[in-house]
Amino acid sequence: MADAGMLRFHVPEPEVRPGGTPDFSNVPIPKAGSVPRPDIDVDPRTIRDHAFSIIRVLNRTGEAVGPWAGLLSSDELLAGLRHMMTLRTFDARMQMAQRQGKTSFYMQHLGEEAVACAFRKALAPGDMNFPTYRQAGLLIADGYPMVTMMNQIYSNEADPLKGRQLPVMYSSKEHGFFSISGNLATQYIQAVGWAMASAISNDSRIAAAWIGDGSTAESDFHSALVFASTYKAPVVLNVVNNQWAISTFQGIARGGSGTFAARGLGFGIPSLRVDGNDYLAVHAVAKWAAERARSNLGPTLVEYVTYRAGAHSSSDDPSAYRPKTESDAWPLGDPIVRLKNHLIQLGVWSDERHTQAEAEILDTVIAAQKEAESHGTLHAGGKPSTRDMFEGLYAEMPPHLRRQRQQAGV
Amino acid sequence: MPRRTMIEAIRDAMDVSMGRDDKVVVFGEDVGFFGGVFRCTQGLQAKYGKSRCFDAPINESGIVGSAIGMAAYGLKPCVEIQFADYMYPAYDQLTQEAARLRYRSNGDFTCPIVVRMPTGGGIFGGQTHSQSPEALFTHVSGLKTVVPSNPHDAKGLLIAAIEDPDPVIFLEPKRLYNGPFDGHHDRPVTPWSKHELGEVADGHYTVPLGKAAIRRAGSGLTVLAYGTMVYVAQAAVEETGIDAEIIDLRTLLPLDLDTIVASVKKTGRCVIVHEATLTSGFGAELSALVQENCFYHLEAPVARVAGWDTPYPHAQEWDYFPGPGRVGRALLETMGA
Repeated sequence: MADAGMLRFHVPEPEVRPGGTPDFSNVPIPKAGSVPRPDIDVDPRTIRDHAFSIIRVLNRTGEAVGPWAGLLSSDELLAGLRHMMTLRTFDARMQMAQRQGKTSFYMQHLGEEAVACAFRKALAPGDMNFPTYRQAGLLIADGYPMVTMMNQIYSNEADPLKGRQLPVMYSSKEHGFFSISGNLATQYIQAVGWAMASAISNDSRIAAAWIGDGSTAESDFHSALVFASTYKAPVVLNVVNNQWAISTFQGIARGGSGTFAARGLGFGIPSLRVDGNDYLAVHAVAKWAAERARSNLGPTLVEYVTYRAGAHSSSDDPSAYRPKTESDAWPLGDPIVRLKNHLIQLGVWSDERHTQAEAEILDTVIAAQKEAESHGTLHAGGKPSTRDMFEGLYAEMPPHLRRQRQQAGV
Repeated sequence: MPRRTMIEAIRDAMDVSMGRDDKVVVFGEDVGFFGGVFRCTQGLQAKYGKSRCFDAPINESGIVGSAIGMAAYGLKPCVEIQFADYMYPAYDQLTQEAARLRYRSNGDFTCPIVVRMPTGGGIFGGQTHSQSPEALFTHVSGLKTVVPSNPHDAKGLLIAAIEDPDPVIFLEPKRLYNGPFDGHHDRPVTPWSKHELGEVADGHYTVPLGKAAIRRAGSGLTVLAYGTMVYVAQAAVEETGIDAEIIDLRTLLPLDLDTIVASVKKTGRCVIVHEATLTSGFGAELSALVQENCFYHLEAPVARVAGWDTPYPHAQEWDYFPGPGRVGRALLETMGA
């Protein structure tokens, strides 16, 4: 019966707050291998369920099962494991460096390493990512030098961005990594524009847009879906749902739509949800979406279901808004542990080799860190010049900036 | 030499640019098949195809955001915002993205886009079809802001803007599209076909960004104006008989300070005219620059004539518009008359 009483204002709340017992029983986890793999030219109306299910490949015992399995060789999987381990170690060292005062700010990827590391391997050279601040895995998996990343984090004399950008806001056209703004969601429509340009130019390269669950609420997300849908842009529209936008649970951005992937359905965009902690599933779905884009079939929306196991940034304290044990209760596990177990089951990896690899990676990261610190850190050693502050705003410095540079005495 | 309206000159600039460089693409609301509500892009889709000139959804942030992505790819988008009043949804993309992409990436990515938009009132457009938001762009590091005042300049400046390696805001005074409107709204407007600056050469030429033009040489007083106000100032000068030097700034950023300073040092007096609201308007910047650079040459306070600090009204349009009467009074006061 209709409720015609006083109007009531509704504000969604997460299931559990600090002090409570983590409970993800409301997150249905389909069995690995249970979601079909459609042809890339599928009519999006026939795969609406894919926007509400979760594509998974690795099962609880570490086997790769179902129609999305079998795309990657053992060597490729071993490389993927190494990328994720490297990113985690890199994060740990840089988080520590921030605590030691060597930089102002850091953002880590703990628990989300599979998403960007596996996605990168589904792209071809020349493709362009428009990332957020939590996709450094794209760079690590593409062999971008860690020293250069650290130079940027330290804003030191070797920082390729001359100290102008916040730590982790990397840029590398060469590695298909668009300059990170630090604004949220603005890059999403830019990625669609880049993809439109590639189509206008009859090129073969595609774009990948990245956004977090919280920022899907921004109008730029809507803009991107409109433009991508209208012009059938060759772009993969990625939504990384790590459950938390700083302290705000994903329900505040999602509202009543069920899933973020479901946002794409109204635009006629094939929309899939995937287990973001499953390296094989992420790669398989990314590959499917990239093939669609490259085949003139247009955009695909992919929601990666994952969990931000760490703080939002070095300025954040998650214990103030969620139970401390919540990440342990996350039902999709840890991406590194899951791929490790799969490789052990394949007989190409072992606990001993894993421990040894951890030590090797730590040595490599520490060596890179030492080299980066030889070029300075934020408050010590070599740094970009005051003159660098005035340079590079325009291709040619206009007269008023020249006057100001002279006033500054540089 | 052929005479063209400002609309035809702007269209010709895009036509010439698209013909010379297949990286130039043109899009915006109603811009494709129809050719724009002011018809500035008429015929471009038929000539260059739908990949080079096309309609966009009604989404200004999407238009500018996608243009930024295209520029990062290597194209040179020239997009239209249907009225300057509609640019606010795109302001985030313009100020935080387009303006800073070169700087923040240290040149790894650049943003050679042109964002055209009709500006100013005088067409009974009310609050949402009359605004002059130029100061919202000149305040932003990394943008260039251009306001042409005639067909010849409009074509040359637009080609220069399209060829510029950085983002350019191109504000088209819509009241000038068909003739040099001088603020006398009760009189017929001279068409561009009867004005010498309606002469627009065929083919490629540029008017460099950052160079002002002296529209009338004089020794008694300097008027700084741009867009429609150039003609309003000319009318006021003729009606008051003051021997004023009228400078058409053409580009607000980069600003041709040398021309301004040389003139004010010569005349010792300065009146600044713009249609945008007074407070924190571009006239405030001009006034500050004039007193910083010409203080010991000034014989009177620098005066500003601008739109009142209200929204642009509908019925009271001509009470709002800084017409030749208001400008003329400021000229006389500054002369001490």
